[in-house]
Amino acid sequence: MPLTANMTKDECKKVVLDIIADIAPDEDLTNVKPDIRLRDQLQLDSMDFLDIVMELRKRHGIEVPEKDYQQLASLDSSAEYLAPKFNALAPKG
Amino acid sequence: MKPSRIVITGVGLTAPNGNSLAEFRANLLTGVAGIERTEIRYMGSQLAGLCHYDALRHQKKKDVRVGTRAGSISVYCAREAVADSGVKWEAVPKDRVGIYIGCTEHGNVETENEIYNISKFNYDTKFWSHYHNPRTVANNPAGEASLNLGVTGPCYTIGAACAAGNMGLIHATQMLRLGEVDFAICGGVSESVHTFGIFAGFKSQNALATHADPHKASRPFDLARNGIVISEGGCLYTLERLADAQARGAKIYAEIAGYHVNSDASDYVLPNPTRQAECVRASLARAGLASRDIHIVNTHATATPLGDIQECEAIRAVFGEGCPDTAINNTKSFIGHCMGAAGALELAGNLPSFDDLTVHPTINVDQLDPQCALPGLVLNQPRKVAKVDTILNNSFGMLGINSTLIVRRFVP
Repeated sequence: MPLTANMTKDECKKVVLDIIADIAPDEDLTNVKPDIRLRDQLQLDSMDFLDIVMELRKRHGIEVPEKDYQQLASLDSSAEYLAPKFNALAPKG
Repeated sequence: MKPSRIVITGVGLTAPNGNSLAEFRANLLTGVAGIERTEIRYMGSQLAGLCHYDALRHQKKKDVRVGTRAGSISVYCAREAVADSGVKWEAVPKDRVGIYIGCTEHGNVETENEIYNISKFNYDTKFWSHYHNPRTVANNPAGEASLNLGVTGPCYTIGAACAAGNMGLIHATQMLRLGEVDFAICGGVSESVHTFGIFAGFKSQNALATHADPHKASRPFDLARNGIVISEGGCLYTLERLADAQARGAKIYAEIAGYHVNSDASDYVLPNPTRQAECVRASLARAGLASRDIHIVNTHATATPLGDIQECEAIRAVFGEGCPDTAINNTKSFIGHCMGAAGALELAGNLPSFDDLTVHPTINVDQLDPQCALPGLVLNQPRKVAKVDTILNNSFGMLGINSTLIVRRFVP
């Protein structure tokens, strides 16, 4: 997904879901509830969350320090946390 | 005290020319090899034996992604072997099961992949995978099988270069006899076709086969042989003490008759025919057999110019005279060198001879090297024989590790 000047929260959620689709290919992602913890509705373990962090770094140049890992607990909290980071990276003007 | 009799009760395999014993054997009897061209990183198109089993038959997509190729092959072979054994797996106490998997090497593939990966990020190690360590620990292939099958007994790999496949069976036999486990899953696996380092290493050693026709590239004993075809593969067996196998009415493929492992202590890569012959003789002695009692000798020969001659020298020393009923063959001519899986796969390819009284040939011998002209060599076409009661399987490896395993027709 190309970075735009203003990534919406929905676009941020899609970024996370796209990553989860690759790292947890057996999971059905059609009905992931944005306000429920990802671990409570999908088979994800701590190594998978490290994968999400790694893929954000690789694909989008986003760094998530360890103290902020809990921000990725749900799609809503991920979007809330990631939107400013994406928008700080995006080209202006 | 007489050691317990140990029997083979199940076989699961994937070879470059077959994903079950039946398919593998059929191809060995009809001359169907399994070598193809594949792209190797930094090296371009190379000859290799690739396996085409269905990984998702026994693994989730995520397990395939997170784990290793060797782990996936191990899971496939272990599951197939357990199913073939007919054991009621749910009822087997998993803490009494051992998994012993021979490997030539492990970790090269995963390490190369990670270095390649971080090369795309200016070698910044923060892009190095957190899966690197669980993927590269030496016990990975056995560990992935233990995870998949829920086995809580001793599960580990045995590093023994290309002698490793036999070593898995030998170690399982020992552990069953010691009473350490009651059920063993054992053999060898290899993922070596996915590491450029193995190809480049053999190429630098002038030991990598080339041929216009991939299926003719692996040609042990042929005058025009020019090296090894590297292959992947796996073959795991279920082994049990005879009394246990009989108690559950198991089908019995063969009985472990004898084995021996020794070391050359003479060179990093060059074989030592004297030590190889000693290994074969010691395995015969343990089995209580004379060389003339062996009906099939499956050779290790990898189609290197020197290595084949040296193994033939060892075999000639033991089987050269007075062995009119000994047939000699080679399975690598079909599947290339499956490295850690070689010994286990090559034994499997010959096991059906107990039933069909046919010896699969060594193919691709257009002009037999006179220095490899052993009596009893079965060349290019399968041979019907009057009797197959014993099979002797050689597997040798770098740093001078030799293993010989003898199995016999099961007679109660």
